[in-house]
Amino acid sequence: MEKDIFSRLAPRWRTHIATVGMLARQGFTQEMQYPKGQPMAVRRDAFPPGGGMPGSDLDFMRAQHLDPNNVQFGVLIPLGAAQSLQNIDLSVALCTAINDWQVEEWTSREPRLRGSIVAAYQDPQAAVAEIHRLAGKRDFVQVSLLSRLPNPIGHRSFWPIYAAAAEVGLPIGVHAFGNGGWAITGGGWPSYYGEDMMSHAQTSQSALASLVLEGVFERFPTLRVALIEGGLGWLPSLRWRLDRIWERSRDELAHLPRPPSEYIRESVWLTSQPIEEPANRQHIAEVIDWIGWDRVLFASDYPHWDFDDPQRAMPLPLSRERRDRFFLKNALDLYGIPHG
Amino acid sequence: MNLQNLGAIDCDMHPVVPELKALVPHLPANWREAVESRGIPGFESNAYPQRAPITARPDWRDDAGAPPAGIDRYRKAVMDRWQLGHAIGNCIYGVHMVLSEDMAVALATAVNDWMAAEWLDADPRMRASIIVPWQNPERAADEIDRCAADRRFVQVLMPVMAEAPLGRRHYWPIYKAAERHGLPIGIHAGSAYRFPVTPVGWPSYYVEDYAAQSLGFQGQLGSLICEGVFSKFPNLKVVMIESGVSWFTPFLWRLTKFWRGTRSEVPWVDRPPLEIARDHIRLTAQPLDAPDDVETVGRIIDQFQSDEMLLFASDYPHWQFDNDEVVPAGLSAISIEKMAVQNPLATYPRLRETRL
Repeated sequence: MEKDIFSRLAPRWRTHIATVGMLARQGFTQEMQYPKGQPMAVRRDAFPPGGGMPGSDLDFMRAQHLDPNNVQFGVLIPLGAAQSLQNIDLSVALCTAINDWQVEEWTSREPRLRGSIVAAYQDPQAAVAEIHRLAGKRDFVQVSLLSRLPNPIGHRSFWPIYAAAAEVGLPIGVHAFGNGGWAITGGGWPSYYGEDMMSHAQTSQSALASLVLEGVFERFPTLRVALIEGGLGWLPSLRWRLDRIWERSRDELAHLPRPPSEYIRESVWLTSQPIEEPANRQHIAEVIDWIGWDRVLFASDYPHWDFDDPQRAMPLPLSRERRDRFFLKNALDLYGIPHG
Repeated sequence: MNLQNLGAIDCDMHPVVPELKALVPHLPANWREAVESRGIPGFESNAYPQRAPITARPDWRDDAGAPPAGIDRYRKAVMDRWQLGHAIGNCIYGVHMVLSEDMAVALATAVNDWMAAEWLDADPRMRASIIVPWQNPERAADEIDRCAADRRFVQVLMPVMAEAPLGRRHYWPIYKAAERHGLPIGIHAGSAYRFPVTPVGWPSYYVEDYAAQSLGFQGQLGSLICEGVFSKFPNLKVVMIESGVSWFTPFLWRLTKFWRGTRSEVPWVDRPPLEIARDHIRLTAQPLDAPDDVETVGRIIDQFQSDEMLLFASDYPHWQFDNDEVVPAGLSAISIEKMAVQNPLATYPRLRETRL
C-alpha cells in the first residue's frame, strides 16, 4: 500500500495519512473490529518469495494461481477501506491512485486480467467522473462498490453512478465489505470474527433489497449488478420473501410495477465464493436451479485465506454446458469479453 | 389441507393490546400516574404499523380497519374454524423497545397479567409467552420466575433485534431461568431499534424493514451457536417465530463451512452448527417464504433433512395467507400432523401436561 498506492498521492494526502491515518468509522488504528482468521486474512503460502504482500506480485500470482488453475480471464477487485473512509476527499484521491495502479502494474502487463473501477461512491460526482475517465479502456470491466456505507446503496444519492454505469455499459460489482459505521447485524455487534464473516452475506442481502425496492432496476433497466463474496445460497429465499411482501404492499411500492424476482432474475449475478457446502451436494445444484445457471460466476477470492479452489468449488458433477457457464462463459458474457 | 380432528397447536398468534388504557389497571400506581401526567400515548411498534397490509389480514380486521383485538374474533376466525387444540399467544406490544428498564419491568408485568386475565382465563385452550424486560436480564429472570408459577405460560419471548446479539453472555440469566422452568425461548420478528434494521443503514421503505427481519434471525442464529448458549444450556430450545423459514438451511450450510475455518475462536462449539441447530432450534411455519408450487416447497422441506423442526402457526392476525391456506402446499399428511401436533408437544413440555 505504502509503496504502490500512497506514493501516487498528492503530498497533502501523504501527510494526512502519516498524521491521522485513514479513519473508517471504527475504532482501531491498525485493523478492523475483529482480528482475522489468518494474518491480514491471506493465504500463508501466498506471500511472494521476493517480498511484499500477497497479491502484489504479478509473476508470483501467475505461478501460483493463473497458470496452474488455467485461469483464462480474471477480474481484479482491489479491496480495503479506501472507498468508505470518513474523509471523502481522501477517498477520492485513493480510488484514483488504485485505479491507475491496476493499469500500470496489472492489466497492461497481463492480458488475462481486467480491472474494476474502484469508485469513491460517497462522492457520486467524483465517482461518475472517474467512470468516464476510465470506461473506454480495455483494462476495466466493471465499477466496484462495497455493500456497507451509512446509507443503503439503493438510495437516490447513488443514482448518478448507476446512470453512468448504464450509459457506458459496465456492470456494477458490489463486494460484501465496507465501513458504514453501523453494527453488522440489526441486533448489534457480534463477538467473533466468524460471525462478522458470516454477516457479510446479510450486507449483500440488504444491499440487494435496497437496489430492488428503491427502484434502481426499474429506473435503469440495462444496469447489471454482480454481488461478490456474499455466497449464493440465500438468494432464492430472499427473492421469495420480497415477492410475497411486494404482493401485499403495492401501495407503498407503487414505483415497482413488477415483482422483485423479475428485476433480480434479469439484472443480478452472484459470485460463488465462499460457496455453501451442504452435506448433500445435490442441494447446491437445486439452489442454482432456482437462481439460474446463467447468473452464477466462479470466484476464487485469491489470495485470501478463505480462497475457493476451482478444483473443489463446485463439488458435484456438472454437464459440460453448466461447467463452461459457471467457470467461464457467464463471466465473459457479463463483462463483455467476446468468445466463441 | 385438513386439520380437522388433529387438535392442531397454533404456535404463533398475536393477542393485540387495543390501547395502553387496557394495561393501566395492571400497572403499579406510579406508572398509572405517569401514563396520565406525562401523556404517554402507547407503545405500538413501527415493525407492524397498524394499517400496513402485513399487520392484519383484510378480512380479520375490525370494522374500523384496525388489527382485531379480543379473543372472540380469534376463536371465530382460527381456533374454532380449524378446531385447534391449543394456541400460544405472543404479544408483541412494544415493551421490548422501551429504553428505561424500570418502565420495561412495569410494562412487561402489566402485559403478562393482562394476558392471563383477558386471554388465558377466557379459554382453556389458550397458552402464552412471558414478556420479559430483556433490558435487564436479572429482572427478566425474576419476571420469568413470577409468571412460570402459572403453567399456562409456556415460553419466554425475546425480540429478534435487541441491544446486543442474543447469544451474548449478558443475556444468560434469562436462558438459565427459562431452562430451569422448562420454557423454550421464542424469538419473534421485531426490533428494539437500537440499530438500523439492516447492516447497511436505515432503509427508505417499511417493506425493507419487514424484509430485513429474516436477516436479523440469521445473525441471531449465528450468535446463539457461536457464543455457546447450547453448550451451557443443553436442554434449552429456541423457537424462531415469523422468521421466514426458507433462509434457515442455506444459512447453516454457510455457518458450518465458516465454523470449520474459525472454530479455534469458539472451542465450545464442539460439533457442526447444523447439528446443534437441528437439536435446539425450531421454526414456526408462517411465513414460509416460498413459492406456492408443491415441488419447490417439497425441495425446501427436504433440504431441512429433518421433519421435527417446523411448528404449525397461523401468525394471526398478520396477513401471511388467504382463506384456509394456513398449511403450506406441498406437505404430506404425515408431515402436517408432525408439524401441527407432535413437534409442538416435543418443543413445549408444558403443553404435554394437559394433553393426552
